Amino acid sequence: MNLFLETLIGGLLAGTMYSLVAIGFVLIYKASGVFNFAQGSMLLFAALTFVSLHEQGVPFALALAITLVVMVIGALLIERLVLRPLVNRSQITLFMATLGLSFIIEGLAQGLMGAQVRALDLGIDDVPLFVGEIMISQFDLIAAGICAVLVAVLALLFNKTRIGIALRAVADDTRAALSVGINLNRIWQIVWAVAGMVGLVAGLLWGARQGVQFSLSLVVLKALPVLIIGGFTSIGGAIVGGLIVGAAENLAEAYIGPLIGGGITPWFAYFLALIFLYIRPAGLFGDRAIERV
Amino acid sequence: MILNALVQRTTATLALALGLLTALPSSAQAAANEQFFPLATYRVGAYASSGIPVWAGMIDYLRYINEVEGGINGVKLVWQECETEWTAEKGIECYERFKNGLNGAPVAVYQPNGAPAAYALANKAEADKIPLITLGYGRTEATDGSVFPYNFPVMLTFYSEASAFINYVAEREGGLDKLRGKKIATVYHDSAYGRETQGPLALLAEKYGFENIQIPVADPGNEQAGQWRQVRQAKPDWVFLRTWGVSTPVAIKTAARFGFPADRIIGDIWASSNEDVLPAAEAGKGYLALTPYPGGSTFEIHRRIKQYIVDQGKSDLKDPKSFGSVYYNSGLVNAAIAVEAIRAGQKKFGHRPLNGEEGRWGLEHLDLGDARLKEIGFLGLMQPLKLSCSDHEGGGAAKVQQWDGAQWTLVSDWIPADRGTLRPLIDAKSAEYAREKGVTARDCAAEQ
Repeated sequence: MNLFLETLIGGLLAGTMYSLVAIGFVLIYKASGVFNFAQGSMLLFAALTFVSLHEQGVPFALALAITLVVMVIGALLIERLVLRPLVNRSQITLFMATLGLSFIIEGLAQGLMGAQVRALDLGIDDVPLFVGEIMISQFDLIAAGICAVLVAVLALLFNKTRIGIALRAVADDTRAALSVGINLNRIWQIVWAVAGMVGLVAGLLWGARQGVQFSLSLVVLKALPVLIIGGFTSIGGAIVGGLIVGAAENLAEAYIGPLIGGGITPWFAYFLALIFLYIRPAGLFGDRAIERV
Repeated sequence: MILNALVQRTTATLALALGLLTALPSSAQAAANEQFFPLATYRVGAYASSGIPVWAGMIDYLRYINEVEGGINGVKLVWQECETEWTAEKGIECYERFKNGLNGAPVAVYQPNGAPAAYALANKAEADKIPLITLGYGRTEATDGSVFPYNFPVMLTFYSEASAFINYVAEREGGLDKLRGKKIATVYHDSAYGRETQGPLALLAEKYGFENIQIPVADPGNEQAGQWRQVRQAKPDWVFLRTWGVSTPVAIKTAARFGFPADRIIGDIWASSNEDVLPAAEAGKGYLALTPYPGGSTFEIHRRIKQYIVDQGKSDLKDPKSFGSVYYNSGLVNAAIAVEAIRAGQKKFGHRPLNGEEGRWGLEHLDLGDARLKEIGFLGLMQPLKLSCSDHEGGGAAKVQQWDGAQWTLVSDWIPADRGTLRPLIDAKSAEYAREKGVTARDCAAEQ
């Protein structure tokens, strides 16, 4: 029983790390209906910028602030140079644009800041805590706390501010939003900037765990099943999806893995996502698309 | 006056033509006296951080040979890079571009620098008669040169690595007889590379009576709580960490999270670099790793390269901190093996550039004893290496180094593998390959 509880709790906490990555996708998908393939690259770029500044002796808080500014400038540039010229093009065109963007950002990141692996110390010890006989990771607990704060801030932003209401209007019906005078370009700029900030938080936490290196951009692979399960348009869905994926893959590794030779963590999440696609194609909290045919 | 001008112009034209005529053969002669070193690199992409110091080590050594020693017996080395991003398809493209040499300078040996490309090129290289050097990767059964004449998994195959690991553990436990009843877990990258040691470890477990626990980590391995929870439950005495890329620092950090001590984990050749432990920070202190090219910049070759290349501003290394890193040193060792193989070949074929067949002869007659290693500045950094038709591996030993949070310290001398015990496994695999592919084995005894 202890093993089950420990695996479940550990999986749920690990799942919040997946949710962090998934939230960045949800933000952009809600505003523009685009699956942003460059989210992983943005995460890598943010973490690399921060750690490069910090290595140069820039204090933690200042490095964080400068990185935020860099991500906002990056968002403005992406909107102006990549998205605006493609307004009214098909979603697949925008998706391909983000695909190209991901290569450009990765190349820029490695070209400007180097390809070497960097250590990132956030001052959070990754040591075990024991509740009775159940072991819990202190790092995962704090990461879950950060994720909760982030979700609360985003919820306030999108539910209690004019910008948030405008974003929801764009998400619900872009043409109607435009007709009442909502500036779509401004909304895209804000959403990409917020996605960049979320990328920074996720990049720092994942970077602290595995080092800041190119493979950080691959953590998006963890976000895809989360999005399929939770839905592409719901931040709450990203959280629930992350928890489900984290718990399920850890339990599967512990109980099913040994029966079939192990190493099942990565594909089990996708297996689960396929089941959800079959039962609930829009995900648990995603908007069901209803179209006149 | 006009006649005078005409004579002057004709003389000038003749002089120019004469100059061109004399220049052309000298340029052709230069190409005729150059040996081409193709460099299949990965400076961009997911593995760039590992690759960049390797190429710096290789290029610095080749430059040292040219500038200080005047080439290999007067044959200058030329090299060109081709980006593979560590992928098989680009690795093949680069090989096809390079296999015919560069401006008349031939290829004597080829280093694919990546397991995917090495597997993809194994048969092509046989057909093209270009020997592949795969230090620390590639097919273990290619040790048998009678079946794999152009594949050279030199110095340390994965089988030898597994055996050296067990021998080191035995040394720490007080002897091979003390292994009985011990629990040894292997946390491995779930790929052909990771699974390669399962056969030899099963054999050694049976021979020495230890419990052999195998725990796979699927690629990319950036979340390993499940695996280390299994380790915690199994309570092994030692863990053999056979990971790659990001899965290594994540393993070290996750082990710390689950309370497994770093000094009971021994990383393998691909989990033994600075890049593997730096991200692990405090958790990496005490971590042990096997390597055929230990880290450190105090070997004689480093003194020479520092004096003649680095201090002269001619190094390929952009980050000076990487001088003497494990990957930089691997570049030095890889380059030295290629250079010494050509030198060995020149003893038979003369002091001239060699082609692939001649390069293979050089490799199969490579004999680097301690005296020669001392002469070239590699004593301590590289183990004695003697290759032959029937033995394309040679060495089969590794040193163990320990990370102190800032640098590696050697904690053992060369630990030899029990190659005699493992050879029947290798012979069985190579014989199976020969049967499947219809290969007629060479008669190595007759070729000696």
